[in-house]
Amino acid sequence: MAEAAVSGARRPRATGATTRRLLTNRRVVLGGAVLLFFALAAIFAPLLAPRDPVEQDLLLQYVPPVWSDEAEAGYLFGTDNLGRDILSRLIYGARIALFVAVAAAAAAGLLGTVLGLIAGYFGGWIDITISRLVEIWMAFPAVLLSIVLVAVMGTGLHSVVIAIAAIDWTRFCRVVRAETMAQKQQDYVASAVTIGLGRARILWREILPNVVPLLIVLFTLEMGIAVIVEAILSYVNLSLASDFPTWGGMISDGRKYVNQAPWLMILPILCVIALVLALNALGDGLKDALDPAMRR
Amino acid sequence: MTGAPPRDRPILSVRDLHLAIAGRGRHTPILRGASLDIAPSEVHGLVGESGAGKTMIGKAVLGIQPSPARISGGSVLFEGRDVTHLSERERRALMGRGMGLIPQDPMTSLNPAHRIGAQIADVLRLHLGMDRPAAGARALELLNEVHVRAPERVLRQYPHEISGGMRQRVLIAIAFACRPRLIVADEPTTALDVTVQRQVLALIKRMQAQEGASILFVTHDLGVVAKICDRVTVLHGGRVLETGETRRIVEAPEHDYTRALIAATPRHDRPGDLLRPVPEALTARLNAEALAYDAAHGSHG
Ligand SMILES: Nc1ncnc2c1ncn2[C@@H]1O[C@H](COP(=O)(O)OP(=O)(O)OP(=O)(O)O)[C@@H](O)[C@H]1O
Ligand SMILES: [Mg+2]
Repeated sequence: MAEAAVSGARRPRATGATTRRLLTNRRVVLGGAVLLFFALAAIFAPLLAPRDPVEQDLLLQYVPPVWSDEAEAGYLFGTDNLGRDILSRLIYGARIALFVAVAAAAAAGLLGTVLGLIAGYFGGWIDITISRLVEIWMAFPAVLLSIVLVAVMGTGLHSVVIAIAAIDWTRFCRVVRAETMAQKQQDYVASAVTIGLGRARILWREILPNVVPLLIVLFTLEMGIAVIVEAILSYVNLSLASDFPTWGGMISDGRKYVNQAPWLMILPILCVIALVLALNALGDGLKDALDPAMRR
Repeated sequence: MTGAPPRDRPILSVRDLHLAIAGRGRHTPILRGASLDIAPSEVHGLVGESGAGKTMIGKAVLGIQPSPARISGGSVLFEGRDVTHLSERERRALMGRGMGLIPQDPMTSLNPAHRIGAQIADVLRLHLGMDRPAAGARALELLNEVHVRAPERVLRQYPHEISGGMRQRVLIAIAFACRPRLIVADEPTTALDVTVQRQVLALIKRMQAQEGASILFVTHDLGVVAKICDRVTVLHGGRVLETGETRRIVEAPEHDYTRALIAATPRHDRPGDLLRPVPEALTARLNAEALAYDAAHGSHG
């Protein structure tokens, strides 16, 4: 706020100090930059992609990337077996990867956070019930479960999102439950009780805001997981029809031509790795940078 | 009970309170029939060594004892009504306007996620039904009353942006915001610097006098008691050893333990005096008495 700055606050404002800590954390800056790069590509895909990602040109198959001698002008990363522009497919692939990542992390986060908050705050039989459910849920192998779920619900993006959320809400639930139990012991909660705030109010308005930094970290890490799961599911053709430019689908297609056109497989693999590493670095960096804010 | 009963009908009356911690098949008595009365507008000191159960009495009065603690007997009468078994709704109605708390640790007792102004305004809106602007204006007044410097700015700040002494002033403002009849102050100055301690103590006394609230003042410092308390209760092992007017307790203590506590307290008027810790033999005797009490009351679970 401008007023605070003018009145010459002696101590740095909370947001100012946190922002500074974030901007001086290498992993946050690096991971954030790579994520931003992919996010911009995803958002502005129609403007950035030089060609239609599904348009085939059978006269221009297997055009190698620009660094090869046989490269064609205008095809930065070459074309695939059907003459589709790789760069355009990668850009649209970022769109799908990030959409799934955000939607799945949001859905998993919402379900897991609500249940984790309730279990951690109310304890007793509510906690026991929710914790048992989590344990049973986690006993299933995740990838297998997601494949079964998508097979049952049918392929498509929404199935992929639901499958990831249905599996990974437990991740949020466990961590949020533990954090809520820790927050509940804090003196500010006892103060809230002694001024007569109700339980629901204390949980949502007093405790939840103090869990938010942790949620941001979990959300980022979950996005990374979702990107991998989406790639796996489209690799085994359980995501979108192979026409659609998903990175996993491109890897799967490229595998067949790996001897004559290795770039078909290598480029989408690099995209997956770059995005996942960026999300993990960002998540870990945020954990360090936000931690002091949480412990204050 | 020892000591003369207060003249007026007590606002708070703790009667023969038994409280124990239950866990893993064990049953640890914490309060062994503790009793005390507080009159309207009285500042009542509760003194004793660490572990005596002072905090537990304060929490039991407010109904915020930790979950393994169970009240196994006796009662807490607030304005004549037993408040040990209130429903959630009844308890909430009592908080803020009936009772309030000045906590021990101002560093951790404010919510780190909310601005100071919002935290004060919340109480006003909840109990006095004020709207947002009215609550904001009243919050500013309250900060002025507790002598917070630059109150307009503090309203917009987060707890970690202000000093411990300022936070304690904010917490005092919150405690007094809805004019409660009783405030539990649990060692409200121990976490503060010595110079700040004196100011905060004076502030609590002034606010108390101005609002006419009663205070249950928990401390281990008889020096503090002598400064602001009208009456004192001496607690050891969850048992009340002695109760009385502060002057009488300080000048003519009846119980050996009270004498020992006084001998262990530095005196500003006689700074040359040697401080003597409470003799081990006395502590051993009191502990034995506590165990004998447990045996007689069969409260081993
Ligand atoms: N949550 C808890 N679980 C188990 N035991 C507890 C708990 N809280 C307090 N106790 C025990 O109850 C007894 C009384 O504690 P209490 O905090 O009331 O002492 P106190 O007189 O306030 O001491 P201090 O001066 O150190 O604050 C102690 O023996 C303590 O170990
Ligand atoms: Mg205590």
